[in-house]
Amino acid sequence: MIQVAANQHASSFLREVMAATPGGQRIVHCLQCGSCGGSCPNGADMQHTPRTLFALINADQREQVLSSNTMWCCVSCYFCTTRCPQKIPITEVMYALKRLAIRSGLAKHTDAPALARTFTDLLDKYGRSFEFGLASRFYLFHKPLAMLKMGPLGWSMFTRGRMALTPTRIKNIEQLQAIIRKARELGGAS
Amino acid sequence: MKYAYYPGCSLECSSAAYDVSVRAVAEALQLEFLEVDDWNCCGATEYFTQDELTACAVIARNLALVDPQLDQLVAPCAACFLNLKKTDQLMAENREIGANIHAALAAGGLSYRPGRVRVRHLLDVIYTDIGEAAVRRHVVRPLNGLRVAPFYGCQVVRPILGEDDTEYPMKMDELFTWLGAEVIDYPVKAHCCGGHMTQISESQAFELIRRLLQSAVEYEADMILCTCPMCQLNLDAYQSRVNGLFHTDFKLPIVFFTQMLGVAFGIELQKLGFGKEIVAATPVIEARLAEQTSDMQMTKSQ
Repeated sequence: MIQVAANQHASSFLREVMAATPGGQRIVHCLQCGSCGGSCPNGADMQHTPRTLFALINADQREQVLSSNTMWCCVSCYFCTTRCPQKIPITEVMYALKRLAIRSGLAKHTDAPALARTFTDLLDKYGRSFEFGLASRFYLFHKPLAMLKMGPLGWSMFTRGRMALTPTRIKNIEQLQAIIRKARELGGAS
Repeated sequence: MKYAYYPGCSLECSSAAYDVSVRAVAEALQLEFLEVDDWNCCGATEYFTQDELTACAVIARNLALVDPQLDQLVAPCAACFLNLKKTDQLMAENREIGANIHAALAAGGLSYRPGRVRVRHLLDVIYTDIGEAAVRRHVVRPLNGLRVAPFYGCQVVRPILGEDDTEYPMKMDELFTWLGAEVIDYPVKAHCCGGHMTQISESQAFELIRRLLQSAVEYEADMILCTCPMCQLNLDAYQSRVNGLFHTDFKLPIVFFTQMLGVAFGIELQKLGFGKEIVAATPVIEARLAEQTSDMQMTKSQ
C-alpha cells in the first residue's frame, strides 16, 4: 500500500529512475539512514551521498542528480547494496543513473563514459576484450598526457607476457553481433 | 566431477597465471573443466554503464552456449562470475528484461532457460565440492610458516549471492588453514581494489589500493592471495605507482589463490604461472619453504 501511494505521487524523474533500474521500485523505501554513504569507499569524494541523491530524485531534481559526480565515484563494490536496511539495489541505481546521465549528455567530471564506450566497441567488434587496444585508444583519444605515466607499467606487463598486441576474435562473431543488434533495437540504446 | 568452464578474457593473457594454475589445480583434484566453446567477453562493468539490456544479452550468449550435458558453470574471475550469475537471476525474476533477452538470443539462433545452469565461483567449488578432507589429502608441501592475506574483493562475496558472508567471508581463510599456512585476519579482506577506477581517477583508485597494501603489511603478511584478475592487477601492477604517490615502500607479492594451492599440492612453480607477477613472489615462497625443510631436518636430527 505504501508503495502504491508513493508511486501515485512519484515525481516524473523518480518514475524514470525506477523504470531504468531492475528492482528500482524499492527506491521509495529509503529511510535516509545514510548507511550507503557511510559504507562507500569513495563516499567522501561524492558531491551528494546516495541518500541525498534519493532525496533529490524524490524532489524531481533531474539535472542536479544527473550532472553530479556521485555515480561516477561508484566502483560497484556493492557494500551499500548489502548493507541497505531497506534492500534498495543501490549499485544498480548507480548504473541506471550513469546510463541516464550519458543519454542526457549530462555526464560530467569523468572519463568513465569514454572508457565504457571504447571497451564495448572493442567487445562488439571482436567478442573479447582487448586490453592493449583499450588502453592505447582510451589514452590516445582521451588522456594523451597520462600515456607517458602508463608507459613503464605497459612495458613491465608486456615483458612478462601479460599484454597481447593483437586482439582475439571469437569464431561466431556474426551471431554475437546479431544478438547485440536485436538487444539495441529492443532497448532503444545507441 | 564435470563442470563447464568460463575462463574470461583476463585469463587469456593479462592473468594467464590464474588460468594455468586453475587448470593445474583442477587436474590434481580431478575436477574436469570443459571450456565453453566460443565464449565471449562478459562486458565487465562497462556494458552495464552503457546499456543494460545489451549487457545482459551479451552475457546470456555464454549461458546459452554451455554444453546441454552440463549444469554447472565455473568462473574464476569475480566480474565474470557476478555478471553470469546476475543475468541468470535477472532473466528468472524480471519478466520484461527476461523476454527481451530471450528475443535477442533468438536473433542469434540461441535460447536459454533461466536457472538451467548454476553459476559457481571457483573458490566455492574447491571449498564446498572438494571439501576439507580431500584438500588436506592432496597437500604434499604444507605452507607452514607462510603468512598469507586472503583478499576476496567485492564481487565474489557481494551482492548477496549465497556464496559466503558479505562482510566477513571465511572460505579462503579456511582453505589456507587446511594447507598449513598462517592466515592473517586483517580488516580489509573484502574491501574494494578500485576496479577500473585506475583508468578513470588515479587519486581515488590509488588510495583504495594503498589502504589494502597498508593493512596487509601492518599485519605482517608475506603475500596477498586474490580470487579476481582485476584485484591482482591493481594491487600488483600499480604497486610502484602507489609507492611513488604516497612515498611508501610496499614490496608485497600479489598472487592468485590457485597458485599457492598448487604449491601446497607439490606442483612445480614454473607450471603455476609464477614469474608473471610484477612484484616477484618466488623469493618469499622459496625462503619460507626452505625454512620449513631445515626445521624438519632439525626435528629429525633431534
